[in-house]
Amino acid sequence: MVRILRNTKSAAVNPLKSSQPLGAAFAFLGVEGAMPLFHGSQGCTSFALVLFVRHFKEAIPLQTTAMDEVATILGGADHLEEAILNLKTRTKPKLIGVCTTALVETRGEDCASDIANVKLKHAEELAGTEVVLANTPDFGGAIEEGWAKAVAAMIEGITRSGARTRQPKKIAILPGCNLTVADVEHLRDMVESFGLKPVILPDVSGSLDGTVPDRWVTTTYGGTSVEEIRELGTAAQCIVIGEHMRHPAKTLHGLTGVPYAVFQSLTGLKAVDRFVSLLSAVSGAAVPARVRRHRAQLEDALLDGHFHFGGKKIAIAAEPDQLYQLATFFTGMGCDIAAAVTTTDMSKILQKVPADWVQIGDLGDLEALAAGADLLVTHSHGRQASRRLGIPLMRVGFPIFDRLGSQHKLTILYRGTRDLIFDVANIFQANQHAPTPEALDLFRKREMPDELRSSPLTRH
Amino acid sequence: MTSLSAKIQDVFDEPACDNNRGKDAKARKQGCSKPLTPGAAAGGCAFDGAKIVLQPITDVAHLVHAPLACEGNSWDNRGAASSGPTLWRTSFTTDLTELDVVMGQGERKLFRAIREIKEIYAPPAVFVYSTCVTALIGDDIEAVCKRAAEKFGLAVVPINAPGLAGSKNLGNKLAAEALLDHVIGTVEPDEAGPYDINVLGEFNLSGEFWLVKPLLDRLGIRVRACIPGDARYIDVASAHRARAAMLVCSSALINLARKMEERWDIPFFEGSFYGITDTSEALRNIAELLVKKGADAEILDRTETLIAEQEAIAWKKLEAYRRRLQGKRVLLNTGGVKSWSVVHALMEIGMEIVGTSVKKSTVEDKERIKRILKDENHMFEQMAARDLYTMLSKHKADIMLSGGRTQFIALKAKTPWLDINQERQHPYAGYDGMVELVRQIDLAIHNPIWDQVREPAPWGCQPAGEDDLASTKNGTAAVNAFNEFAGATAHRFGDR
Repeated sequence: MVRILRNTKSAAVNPLKSSQPLGAAFAFLGVEGAMPLFHGSQGCTSFALVLFVRHFKEAIPLQTTAMDEVATILGGADHLEEAILNLKTRTKPKLIGVCTTALVETRGEDCASDIANVKLKHAEELAGTEVVLANTPDFGGAIEEGWAKAVAAMIEGITRSGARTRQPKKIAILPGCNLTVADVEHLRDMVESFGLKPVILPDVSGSLDGTVPDRWVTTTYGGTSVEEIRELGTAAQCIVIGEHMRHPAKTLHGLTGVPYAVFQSLTGLKAVDRFVSLLSAVSGAAVPARVRRHRAQLEDALLDGHFHFGGKKIAIAAEPDQLYQLATFFTGMGCDIAAAVTTTDMSKILQKVPADWVQIGDLGDLEALAAGADLLVTHSHGRQASRRLGIPLMRVGFPIFDRLGSQHKLTILYRGTRDLIFDVANIFQANQHAPTPEALDLFRKREMPDELRSSPLTRH
Repeated sequence: MTSLSAKIQDVFDEPACDNNRGKDAKARKQGCSKPLTPGAAAGGCAFDGAKIVLQPITDVAHLVHAPLACEGNSWDNRGAASSGPTLWRTSFTTDLTELDVVMGQGERKLFRAIREIKEIYAPPAVFVYSTCVTALIGDDIEAVCKRAAEKFGLAVVPINAPGLAGSKNLGNKLAAEALLDHVIGTVEPDEAGPYDINVLGEFNLSGEFWLVKPLLDRLGIRVRACIPGDARYIDVASAHRARAAMLVCSSALINLARKMEERWDIPFFEGSFYGITDTSEALRNIAELLVKKGADAEILDRTETLIAEQEAIAWKKLEAYRRRLQGKRVLLNTGGVKSWSVVHALMEIGMEIVGTSVKKSTVEDKERIKRILKDENHMFEQMAARDLYTMLSKHKADIMLSGGRTQFIALKAKTPWLDINQERQHPYAGYDGMVELVRQIDLAIHNPIWDQVREPAPWGCQPAGEDDLASTKNGTAAVNAFNEFAGATAHRFGDR
């Protein structure tokens, strides 16, 4: 039984979380011709925008309803209406994804009926543009929750409901926000190699993969099309990656009856084996030679890599599903999880994290709990803790703003697991300490306490 | 919120602002922030502006009283440099939850947060920032700060600039007001001297003030407080004993400079450390102001000697770039670092200015631009992204100098680009800074990647694989082009 340690501090120190509306916007960015719209003051948008740009090194479409003092007192419905109409005229998006913020949620605005009114009043002007709403106050959740809410909102708002004729080869895939662009690309290749036709929602591999288009586009270019979202109900099977995507899958199932299978992680040999077996079963096709080859490469990587992992202490801070994905990867290689920190206590996956306890908290907690660990695993903001503790940092998740190419790193399926093994083993090798007489002196060693790291159980 | 409204009125009615003087009484009252268009707005909020101005104070704990986004999405994102303390880069927020908001526990949580910070980090001061939600639920941060200051025996400063109050620029000014109300003048220095100055609105981005400080050191001028770049709390608290001040980024902190002159008789001038002539002019002005305030007049001669010596070195270094940069066309797209002195230096080595935004320029500036630009049409208020992209992709400029916001317009149009706003990676202040700027322009323009990315793929004429074959409109042309490839021997594609 994993103990979930709730946050007892009043001052969060070095936040681990990014906000819930940012997560929702992120999901909308995986749709073609999309324009996410924050319903809040202009700063909410500006901060999220800057963070996206620092991570992706791309122009990111994101707009604001620009709530000011007057709108805050009188209500933001007019601002919302004006913003939607302005966006429609200026950028002709196929989808406007409204994400609420703490400001309008604290006011208690009924944004759903505001949007319904706008749609009714301007039906003609808004033809060809879907407007969907994700209720994502900043004071709840984090990226995962925002991402899942946006996907559920798109399914509820756009997907045609009712039982449909199923296309036997069509697979709906709902990936979690912890999958990179490279992961999604690779996932598509894998599914296609079985002769299946995947529809991935959201598909950041088409929109945030960093390309140079031959004209200036103000919305996203690439990603899942609105038409594909509308026709999701004809899929034979839905595959969900990450516990946080269970809710959108249930929504899809409720609307259309498409059955779903949840994979909490696609990292690690066993998990991938199950996934590949499912693809083989659904398609009726044998596992292609290329996939077999990748599996053999992973086997070899496990053999070559395990020397570097055994007995290492790992301190991880990540959103729940990514924490699970990485913690199971590391324990699967023979490491111990010395510290596990996550953003919110809402996810059921936390009970399955292979650690004695999971701290709900921030990077200040990670820093306090990671003393004596061999590796820190979190996003770029962990760099200060890494420097202070003298422990190397492996950058994962969002945001990664001080390294290039994080979106093109593979972390799932046979190849992604193989790459992760190499990445981590190389960090360990780069940070090896040469033996010294002092370090090996048996008498000195006995004077040192065995357990350097602090446990949160003693802190609380 | 009445006191906040009064403060906003006060900072909008800024007598030292050139733009403001040009308005009538009614227009002045309306303030300088234009109403934002929902769905077509850009830029930060007042909280953002306040934090930008204050956060570079390095030994202060900056505590943001808000739900996660305000701080969680924005911390550790600016490149100001510190010569010592690192506490300013540690992020503190009350991270309000739904329960906190609903149950009205904000004030209590804030108080406890201040105590936790005091106990663990023992900073000389905690700055507490209010935000939209905490303003909306009516948390009285001033009262909490007052109580915490008494109880814990340290300075706890309320920064009242919630995002919904207005723009980033307004936030800059509200931050200055907080310093005036709660910080400056609270500590008496015991070693004030006749050569003490303040530098206001210098952020020490990429450490660039350290390119200028040795010049002041050489002249025996002491920087009492640089606000905010690389400042310590005590420097700011005792800044009222400086003899003179230089205001670097006037639009951000003009109210600070003027009110310090009113209250403590510290005369100031507006200047810039960007470009050679401006740097010299700034040094000259500082010396003159100090002499007016009683310093020995011999400093004037020493200053002139230093200027002559340093200018000669800088121009000599710049001359080396003339051959490489002569005739290159620069597009300036920024309201920020656009010192005329920079433009002057670029033109001096033979570069041509082909366009500039005049969004933040005064009437006087615009006249000057007209004289510089060959074609008046190249002056624009603000160019739409699409137009800018079109202009750049037609190669009408050899480089664009701008801020991060337009970075990808240039890059996607395959045009060299250099960041001259707050996220820039290189220090550009002072004499050496100008040389560095020109060096960076040279490096950007002459990077070998431009030849690579501007050439289409040799097989670009072919249809794009089987997926898109059906959608290829000009099928015959594509097939013809393809045939050109088909006939070739492998030898043709190898290295000779």
